[in-house]
Amino acid sequence: MIDRVANFLTSLKLTVVCLALALILVFVGTLAQVHLGLYRVQSEFFRSFFIYWSPTGSHWKIPVFPGGWLIGLALVMNLIAAHIKRFKFTRKKIGLIAIHLGLIILLLGQFLTEISQSETQMRISAGQTINYSEDNRHNELAIIDTTETNHDHVVAIPESWLAKGGDLQLPGLPLTLRVKKYYFNAIPAGPMSGGGEKIKAQQGLGRSLLFTAAPPKARMDDDNSPAALIEVLSGQQSLGDWTVSTWLTKYPFFEMLQQQIGGIMGPGVKVNAPQSFTVGGRTYQIALRPIRSYKPYNLSLQQFKHDSYAGTDIPKNFSSRIHLNDPSHGENRDVLIYMNNPLRYRGETFYQASFEEGDRGTILQVVRNPVSVAPYLACTLVSIGLLAQFMTHLFSFAKRRSKQPAPLPTSNHVNESTVSTPLSV
Amino acid sequence: MKKWFPWILTGLFAAWFLSGMQEPKPVQDYDLAGWSRLPVLLNGRIQPLDSVARNCLLSISGKSLVRVKGSNSLSAAEWLLETTTRPQLADTRKFFRVQHPDLEGLLGTEKASLEYYSFNDVTNQLESIENQARTLMDSEQAKGSDAEKLRTPFQKDLMHLYESLVLYTRLKDSLIADDNAYFRAIPPAPGQPADAWLTIFDSNKSSAEAQPAIAFYADMAAANQNRQPVDFNRAAASYRIWLQNNNLAPQLAHSSREYFFNQIEPFYKSMVIYVAAAIFGCIYWINFSETMRRSGFKLLVLAFIIHTIGLGYRMYLEGRPPVTNLYSSAIFIGWGATLLGIILERIFKGGIGLVSAGFIGFTTLIIAHHLALSGDTMEMLRAVLDTNLWLATHVVVITMGYASMFVAGLLAIIYVLRGFFTRSLSPDIAKALVRMVYGIVCFATLFSFAGTILGGIWADQSWGRFWGWDPKENGALLIVLWNAIILHLRWGGMIKDRGLMISAIFGNIITSFSWFGVNMLGVGLHSYGFMDQAFTWLMIFDASQVLLIGLALVPVKYWKSLTLRQAYSPALPSLPS
Repeated sequence: MIDRVANFLTSLKLTVVCLALALILVFVGTLAQVHLGLYRVQSEFFRSFFIYWSPTGSHWKIPVFPGGWLIGLALVMNLIAAHIKRFKFTRKKIGLIAIHLGLIILLLGQFLTEISQSETQMRISAGQTINYSEDNRHNELAIIDTTETNHDHVVAIPESWLAKGGDLQLPGLPLTLRVKKYYFNAIPAGPMSGGGEKIKAQQGLGRSLLFTAAPPKARMDDDNSPAALIEVLSGQQSLGDWTVSTWLTKYPFFEMLQQQIGGIMGPGVKVNAPQSFTVGGRTYQIALRPIRSYKPYNLSLQQFKHDSYAGTDIPKNFSSRIHLNDPSHGENRDVLIYMNNPLRYRGETFYQASFEEGDRGTILQVVRNPVSVAPYLACTLVSIGLLAQFMTHLFSFAKRRSKQPAPLPTSNHVNESTVSTPLSV
Repeated sequence: MKKWFPWILTGLFAAWFLSGMQEPKPVQDYDLAGWSRLPVLLNGRIQPLDSVARNCLLSISGKSLVRVKGSNSLSAAEWLLETTTRPQLADTRKFFRVQHPDLEGLLGTEKASLEYYSFNDVTNQLESIENQARTLMDSEQAKGSDAEKLRTPFQKDLMHLYESLVLYTRLKDSLIADDNAYFRAIPPAPGQPADAWLTIFDSNKSSAEAQPAIAFYADMAAANQNRQPVDFNRAAASYRIWLQNNNLAPQLAHSSREYFFNQIEPFYKSMVIYVAAAIFGCIYWINFSETMRRSGFKLLVLAFIIHTIGLGYRMYLEGRPPVTNLYSSAIFIGWGATLLGIILERIFKGGIGLVSAGFIGFTTLIIAHHLALSGDTMEMLRAVLDTNLWLATHVVVITMGYASMFVAGLLAIIYVLRGFFTRSLSPDIAKALVRMVYGIVCFATLFSFAGTILGGIWADQSWGRFWGWDPKENGALLIVLWNAIILHLRWGGMIKDRGLMISAIFGNIITSFSWFGVNMLGVGLHSYGFMDQAFTWLMIFDASQVLLIGLALVPVKYWKSLTLRQAYSPALPSLPS
């Protein structure tokens, strides 16, 4: 029994089957991006053990194909097992071993990257100073105590908790939040617009700006814009309810909304202005916004430049001159971030990803990848292995050649002198 | 004679190529060469009027000449000179291509399939064409960005005609003071940045005193209208001298170099010579005359040298590594594949490397020619690609990987076709082909893997992530995976010679998907736009490869060549040869 398992695990057939499954997975995963979008394909096809299929209208999840992690795991096990069983450590095999060790590191490194990497965005308008980056895919309901002048105290709960509804007791705050309504995806609505239930609040912007539910977006790359009606209670006393939505906090949605309805709402109304209330002598803001991760340093945008080639709209360059201020590390300097030249700072990479409409600000992608060294190590090993392999072949080829008689001077057909193996069938 | 024939033949073709380097003769005493090398700014770069003329005419009519009834054809430069200075005459030339019968009906021609129309032929219908085009564009805008891809053949032809008419009108306005001008002919005024070229209209608007260049262009136009070649030549020469004396010598030199590059047509000429080389290789397969093989091989090397000159000159003009867009990737794949073919022919003789190199060289240059129909092939690079380091490493290595995949695939096709249809696949040749394909698959594995890894490092250096499952990344990975599969199948003895050949042919499908297919998905960081005509061709290509695989799977007892029959069924008594 053990023998059979060992034979199976070490077999070259398993290697080929895994590679073939990987080929199909990558191909299908590429085509699927057209309809599902990159993000959803990444999580459903490549960063999973199985690809599931749900018959329409049911909650069943039937595994139909191995996912990227399962195939990768099988390949790594196959590689390790085969090397333990079959390959003896000889000088001839050293190249092959290095190549495969490199591949194992590459696969493991990619797996570790996928479970540990984070990607967020930092949007800085001209002249602004920012000390956080935002996760564009996940939102949080934040209660911000702004009473102190030199720092804010933030308590945030993930959006997924809102879906459950009910009362939420906030740790360290004398407040309770009651989720009265929650829409996974919402669109703004006027009081007169027809159809469907709408959120209307007693406090804040939500008194005049209503929201109604919208069908969720199929592609995960397209943003869903949730909205909720939250009642704030201090003890048993209600302070009223507020409408919160990423329509009011997330770029570029609040700008689109401002353009559409700014005029109707009256002059001076900013849809992204904080909604705040005071209780017990402390002032709080309430917002549903992209999850923020705060940094122990801040960046300010000094200049964003975006040039096009003369007479075209082909972008020639994007660059952001950023001032980096990190008192704890004694860093206080200017940095120029441009295409193919990111800022690397404290384990994160800031690269020029986009910009605000009209070049008013910059948008940097912030990537944290703790295992970024793995592919470099892997490539080095594979390169050494390939080189060793190539040299061994070259030497043996040269040896064989030198032993053989010189090729025939004329030949209509193939130069036979180099053909030494029998015709394989 | 036999000894000298290959040399004479090669010499003739070389002379044909070198003749393109001569300064062209004046056309009806007009120094057209002196005019068409003048620098203008278009697509964000300085280029000669000659390039403007060629690219515009190619996109409007699909051809590089304008036919004139009962007279010599007009070159692109002559056509542009006429368009900009004698528009009434240009309006009578037939160069607007119309292919769809319904569109011809709309133009009110009784005789269908005239195919080429003059501006005067369509003037009556201008309003109708514009209305239809606008209606279409409006409805597409309402439907979203993908709607453009779903145009019917009629709509495509209509839009092509509409865009051609717009372009032609803008060209007519380019050397007069009109704000509709297409290119910028007036160099920057003293003290202005180097790329601040203006149209005549903008130049008049921006400064009180007229720029001297405007007067020179006016002189040239007047001389041409009055049919005074001497005056025309003098005005063009004075303008060139003025450019030299006003710190614009580098721009003039640059546009003159590009003009020279246009004149020598290295890719067109090497394409023709590749065909000749492949034909000689095929003749050799029929009559085994070593003279034919030597002739073919010498032609192949000549074509390769010209191809290399073209590639090198392009790099010099652009100041870039060889591959910067889809067009240049086709040129480079052809170059790499031909190089491999030459090496194979040197090692194995037998005409196989010769025929495959000739065939791939020709095919890739034809593909490049069709890609060039969509406009300027030396377009500026968008910001993310503006890095010579990664273009020179990742892009070059991965493209070499594509090239070797196609060579392996073509060798396998030769194996199948010769084995199935002819008796010429002798054991020696079969063995040699197997060795070639195996070697090139190893080579392709190395290049695809290294190229993919380099791409990952580029992504990590620029974006902080090594791998993102982007379609183009996946395409490269597919090639690596397929090569790994072939090699492991072979090492494990799970495929023999024929299996190797089938795998190599399937490699063509995977490579074509990676090269072209992923761009058609229209998603991801690497996509450079959807090409629906290319999609049709890709499907035809893939179908042909599937057919060939089917052919290869036919049991060997039906193959004509005896090699395989003997090899696969040892019980069969050997036949007298």
